[in-house]
Amino acid sequence: MTAIQDTAPHTDHAHDDHHHDHPSWLAHHFDDAEQQYDSGKLGMWLFLVTEVLFFSGMFCAYALYRNRNPEVFEFCSSFLNEKLGAINTGVLLFSSLTMAWAVRASQLRQHTLLVGMLAATLACAAMFLGVKSVEYSHKWELGLLPGKFYVAQLGGHHGDPKGYLESLCVVPMILTVLSALYYVYSWVVNSSFHKQVAGPLLVAGLCFFVGVFLGQTLEAEAADSHAGEHAGHADHHMVQGHVDHASHDHAAAEHADHPADGAAMPVVAASAGEDVKVMKEQLATPDADVNQKSMAGLFFSIYYCMTGVHAIHILGGMAVITWLIVKAARKEFHEQYFGPVDNVGLYWHLVDFIWIYLFPLLYLIT
Amino acid sequence: MSVVDRPIVSTETAGADSYPEHHFLNHTKGVLSWALTLDHKRIGLMYLVGVMASFALGGLFALMIRIHLWNFQDGWLDNKTYNQVFTLHGAIMVFLFIIPSIPAALGNFFLPIMLGTKDVAFPRLNLSSFYLWVTGLILFLTALSVTGLDTGWTFYTPYSIETQKGGAVLAATFGVFILGFSSIFTGLNFIVTINTMRPPGMTWFRMPLFLWATYATSIIQVLATPVLGITVLLLSAERLLGIGIFDPKLNGDPVTFQHFFWFYSHPAVYIMILPAMGIISELMSVHCHKGIFGYRMIAYSSIAIALFGFLVWGHHMFTSGMADVTTVVFSALTFTVSIPSAIKVFNWLGTMYQGTVSLNTPMLYALAFIFLFTIGGLTGLPLGALSTDMHFHDTYFVVAHFHYVMMGGTLVAFLGGVFHWWPKMTGRMFNDKLGMVSAVIVFIGFNLTFLPQFVLGTRGMPRRYATYLEEFQDLHRLSTVGSLILGFGLVTALFVLVTSLVNGKKAPRNPWGGATLEWMCSSPPPHDNFSSAPTVGDPYDFSKIEYDGRVGGYVRKD
Repeated sequence: MTAIQDTAPHTDHAHDDHHHDHPSWLAHHFDDAEQQYDSGKLGMWLFLVTEVLFFSGMFCAYALYRNRNPEVFEFCSSFLNEKLGAINTGVLLFSSLTMAWAVRASQLRQHTLLVGMLAATLACAAMFLGVKSVEYSHKWELGLLPGKFYVAQLGGHHGDPKGYLESLCVVPMILTVLSALYYVYSWVVNSSFHKQVAGPLLVAGLCFFVGVFLGQTLEAEAADSHAGEHAGHADHHMVQGHVDHASHDHAAAEHADHPADGAAMPVVAASAGEDVKVMKEQLATPDADVNQKSMAGLFFSIYYCMTGVHAIHILGGMAVITWLIVKAARKEFHEQYFGPVDNVGLYWHLVDFIWIYLFPLLYLIT
Repeated sequence: MSVVDRPIVSTETAGADSYPEHHFLNHTKGVLSWALTLDHKRIGLMYLVGVMASFALGGLFALMIRIHLWNFQDGWLDNKTYNQVFTLHGAIMVFLFIIPSIPAALGNFFLPIMLGTKDVAFPRLNLSSFYLWVTGLILFLTALSVTGLDTGWTFYTPYSIETQKGGAVLAATFGVFILGFSSIFTGLNFIVTINTMRPPGMTWFRMPLFLWATYATSIIQVLATPVLGITVLLLSAERLLGIGIFDPKLNGDPVTFQHFFWFYSHPAVYIMILPAMGIISELMSVHCHKGIFGYRMIAYSSIAIALFGFLVWGHHMFTSGMADVTTVVFSALTFTVSIPSAIKVFNWLGTMYQGTVSLNTPMLYALAFIFLFTIGGLTGLPLGALSTDMHFHDTYFVVAHFHYVMMGGTLVAFLGGVFHWWPKMTGRMFNDKLGMVSAVIVFIGFNLTFLPQFVLGTRGMPRRYATYLEEFQDLHRLSTVGSLILGFGLVTALFVLVTSLVNGKKAPRNPWGGATLEWMCSSPPPHDNFSSAPTVGDPYDFSKIEYDGRVGGYVRKD
């Protein structure tokens, strides 16, 4: 890119007053726009390197424990809903497209398009988190918790809803209501700047609940279809219905009673609409008992750590995209100064990229 | 080799004419102008004060340990307190002092000036690194002092999972996490600054070697520290959620923790020593008034150490139950690090050969460094060799070895660097005679403290023990006496520095005769470092640098 400073508009006069030769968007210690852009870009790439290394610790843990107990990973992966994972993958891929488009719009001074693309990215991020909230709360209700808190009683019904999803929705709900109020305010004062900021925030808030709705629908569907599908293939799967097992020892004892060659076993069909747990009979050894804290529990530790840290990165991304929306609504970006959009874009692609690894590694194990 | 006893600063005219009216210290006034400053020099000075305070605290704990070990039993601390005190000493020294000491304090101050730029690439990030460091410090000290952390600075599992001091482990790991980010951002800032902000004429091979060393350090900071971040995060999750990854009760693997931990903490050793080597390269050349010998080899060896440093972490774990083949590979790789280290030492000696040595305070510290670091490096070899390490592991031999490298190496170089650049930072000359006395006391005290510990280690004295066999008592007492002398020497050094602020002579632009860019700007430097863009030349070409009695320092004759 070229460094023609005098064509740049001075939209922001908040900068130091004793550097008159510098346009407001150029920090005083840089010589020209190119140096500023290159520095920012290199800094962001280095930061992304640290991010990859940060996740690498967890990928190592994953590789180590999967190598040690492959049957645990195969077994536990069946509790993850591939459809929801796939939808989230699509949502993030789409958000990477809108982010890349935003970078282009910022270079071409298409300010409204830029705000729109950033808004779409933000909305996708919110939707991703909505779906993730459903997945998390569903697992918590089943007792599929990390490590020492793992209490899943496979085959038992997963008890009364404990309101996990509702608690996860409290903060997004408050934020959505605030955004709605802000949106109303922006119309009252009729400021295009406030409208351009409030609109995306409101859309993002609503998209979180779209994600929640989508997640719940599909999660319920999955439970039904699993029940039907597995009842029809009883020689491969053990379906346990409404029988309440007091402890996993009990479950294990019953489990061991079944013939190892998977001959037809009595299927305790669940009453329609009831929660049904399905357990795949694909273990390396028929009596391997993976349903315990030190086996399945460890898988869910890794699952929560990896997806949780990833979700925190989504939240961080949402914060910086919101910052970009504010700057974009002020029309600060142009062909000489679009580094922030570009760099947040790089970060966002990395967050997407990590999910593209997480999805098959966690959800698609067969 | 001729030793010139020339007065470094002539008394009457001590550069009064070159002392600037307006400089970065009085550029703006008030507490807020410091707290919110984006000036790398002020941030560097704030770090300097912070790391020195941390060092004083860590040093007090060290003295408590040594005094406790005066008698072979019934020391003045009870066993639990003793555990907490050595944890405090190690953790404070490693995380709060050594790692930020040279890069964050001296590096922040001098990297942009030596490079010839106005500031680092990201001044706001720089300030936030400092505040992250302060936050980490507060969290860390709370954890350490209020609840009494007793895991040792390494937080080894499963003890760190099981200890009753759960809150302390949580707060300390969170503190380490934050300090890690401070370190990452500093490293990132330096790499970007060196890559993109070099002024015209400043090619890679015209950079002073301190910058090469800082660059290599920054690479390690950026590549290794995130792994520590995730490790301590997983450890906190272990305490909070019982995730079990490192907990053998939940089928987890404590040795995995050690791998993760040392994957950072061994390269961290080079975060500590590389900038020290950079300082020594500067000191050797400037105070011998002779171009550095083997510039490129020293530059490359810094990068080589940074890269090799990533491949040797397993040598901390020879007795942890790794596979035999793994231990052999790690042992072999460990020896490779000694090659670039030796290259540096020989090049420094080559620089001194036929040089015009000014025996002053910075040079004495530099000489002490070479002596102590060589001992520290050579005693690393028996620890890297499998057969001997099996016996030395967890003995005082290890303690003595890493103190020779970290304290005899990094701390002594840090002091040398502080004395060397003190006139530039503060605009005041210190009392050179008293400074030299402090260097001698530190050198004697240091050796008296840690040489006996090599003997203790070879005789089987295990580290971290609160009581010991009576046969070791004499050597322990020798070590304790040494530590008190060392402490006295350090207090003397601090006294020399502080009194110079009160009654020190005004410093000339170039009191030692350096050729790097920081000596071209006034002492202390102006707010924007250079009033006009500096001409970049060979950083070690002393042919045009001549002593000028009128300004009391050296000037460039072009």
